[in-house]
Amino acid sequence: MSSRARKQPLGLQILIYGFAGLWLIMAAFPFLWTAWGSFKVELDFFSIADWTYALTGERTKAEYGSPFTDAGYKGAWVQESFYRNVINTFIICFFVVCTSLTIGTLGGYALSRSNYRYTFILLITALIFRAMPPITLVAGYMLPFFQWNVWGLMPTTIIVLVAINQPFTLWMLHSFFQNIPKELDESAKVDGCTQFQAFRHVIIPVMWPGVITTGLFSFLLAYNDFAVTAMLLSEENRTMVPQVAAFLGTTYTEGNIMFAVASVVSATAPLFILVMFFQRQIVSGLTQGAVKG
Amino acid sequence: MFFFIAMPILSVIAQSIFIPHEAVMETVKNCGPFGCKEVISINHEATSELRAKQPLGRFSGLEIYLDRGHLAISEVNAAWSSSDSLSQFFSRLGNLPFYRAMGFTLTFTFVVTPFVIILGLLIALAVNSLHARIRGLVIFFSLLPFVVTPLIGALVLFWMIDSRGILGTAVQWLVSDPDLSLKASTGLMWISLIVYGIWHAAPFAFVIFYAGLQTLPMDQIEAAEIDGATRLQRIRYVVVPHLMPLVTFVALIQLMDNFRVFEPIVGFNAAAHATSISWFIFNDLGGETRQLSSASASSVLTIIGVSILLLPVLVRTWNDFKGKT
Repeated sequence: MSSRARKQPLGLQILIYGFAGLWLIMAAFPFLWTAWGSFKVELDFFSIADWTYALTGERTKAEYGSPFTDAGYKGAWVQESFYRNVINTFIICFFVVCTSLTIGTLGGYALSRSNYRYTFILLITALIFRAMPPITLVAGYMLPFFQWNVWGLMPTTIIVLVAINQPFTLWMLHSFFQNIPKELDESAKVDGCTQFQAFRHVIIPVMWPGVITTGLFSFLLAYNDFAVTAMLLSEENRTMVPQVAAFLGTTYTEGNIMFAVASVVSATAPLFILVMFFQRQIVSGLTQGAVKG
Repeated sequence: MFFFIAMPILSVIAQSIFIPHEAVMETVKNCGPFGCKEVISINHEATSELRAKQPLGRFSGLEIYLDRGHLAISEVNAAWSSSDSLSQFFSRLGNLPFYRAMGFTLTFTFVVTPFVIILGLLIALAVNSLHARIRGLVIFFSLLPFVVTPLIGALVLFWMIDSRGILGTAVQWLVSDPDLSLKASTGLMWISLIVYGIWHAAPFAFVIFYAGLQTLPMDQIEAAEIDGATRLQRIRYVVVPHLMPLVTFVALIQLMDNFRVFEPIVGFNAAAHATSISWFIFNDLGGETRQLSSASASSVLTIIGVSILLLPVLVRTWNDFKGKT
């Protein structure tokens, strides 16, 4: 657009860049700060004497001889075996994503191709469930789980997370499948395919972008969940996020908060990488719902 | 024909997914009056006997809902009749745990949501007029606060506003009061929680508005320009109306999400100053006694609250759907 009026006066441009820069700092600085601070000792990260110690690491230098130390990471990963929580997290995330995508794909496809009234009721139910705080549902799960003696196990939690995730997956894939023209599977059926063959040979090859986006969001939900995993997992099966909370409970008294800081940074790193590679999918996923709604 | 046979079957499969939820609702209602908790503290043998006989527990109707921990009808009545002024009534109401939680949840919801929308819109407008090269970078960093685990995001911010952290020190320096601690005062804690809420959710609004800006009709802008609209007027009368459906969408999602605010309270360790309804339930569940009945009652109340929030939207969607078919 080269029209004269689209060009901004210098003052406005400075204002815009300044505002964007300010936001950038607001968004990114806390993470950089924490990542930097995780290599320090507690007296530097929470410096009473002088806040610049957190940058230069005076105390860390005095204690370990260099301004960086991996004491926090060592404490968290080796001493408190944080790696077990990491493994648990990825097992749970993997199964949650796979299960909810399988059900969501079939269900979303079915819903998008059906014209009955209950389709709509189903979708609205899904929307209501999406709005429920997961914690309200947890209360209902606990009693039966105790009675069947399945509390604290990973498969149980996976099922619960899938159930909580499902309304969202269903909505998302439903609107995605609606964007795939009906003519595609209709013409396949004219050529003699059964309904399932049409799905298998015509829809599956074109559905991957939507499925990947939905999978990303399922992953984020499973990864970020605190309420369900904290309540439903026993101590040895804990995922990362409840474990970080548990660190806080114990480390405040031990005076070693750096374990928690180090594990927080470790838990953020995969998300960082995820955003880096899948930025486009996340953005399109977020907007897909909006455009439809 | 196959189409019409396969669809119901697949829909049944889809429906069967929801059985856990529906079962939950029922168990909440039936075991909501799970009155065994008083029994536990008295006699363990009798409890197990009673449990074996009636696994769902003693029937107590709405008792749990009305007791001091939840709706506290009698206490509210007492406060109403004994208070001279409305403010006194509200301050007494604030001493009841459920109403305190409700108060914070509602304040949080209705403060954070508009701020998120405004901030998101501003960022979107700013980023949209940035140079295309650095837009990707800005979007990347903008997504971080939204994508990161809420508890972890809250912790990261909490450590910074600690009186020995960088922001805490900065605030102390700004008001030149070296003893100021954000953690110690209820008002400041509420503000920091709300700031966290805005920080966490603004990227979501930003991304959506940004996508909306990409579909902005150029000819309308140009027409407005020819008519002599200033930049501000163009934003006010062309851009904002164009984004209005998105604003509704963001507001809806934000209302739902903020209503269940929970992780920041755990992360900020703020339970002494601010409790939300979700935290209330979590606390009941996580304690030594696992007060399922109390938690379930609060859950049902929360569900009712969410439904009230959602009602206008549901009605609108229903009308839309009817219009379509």
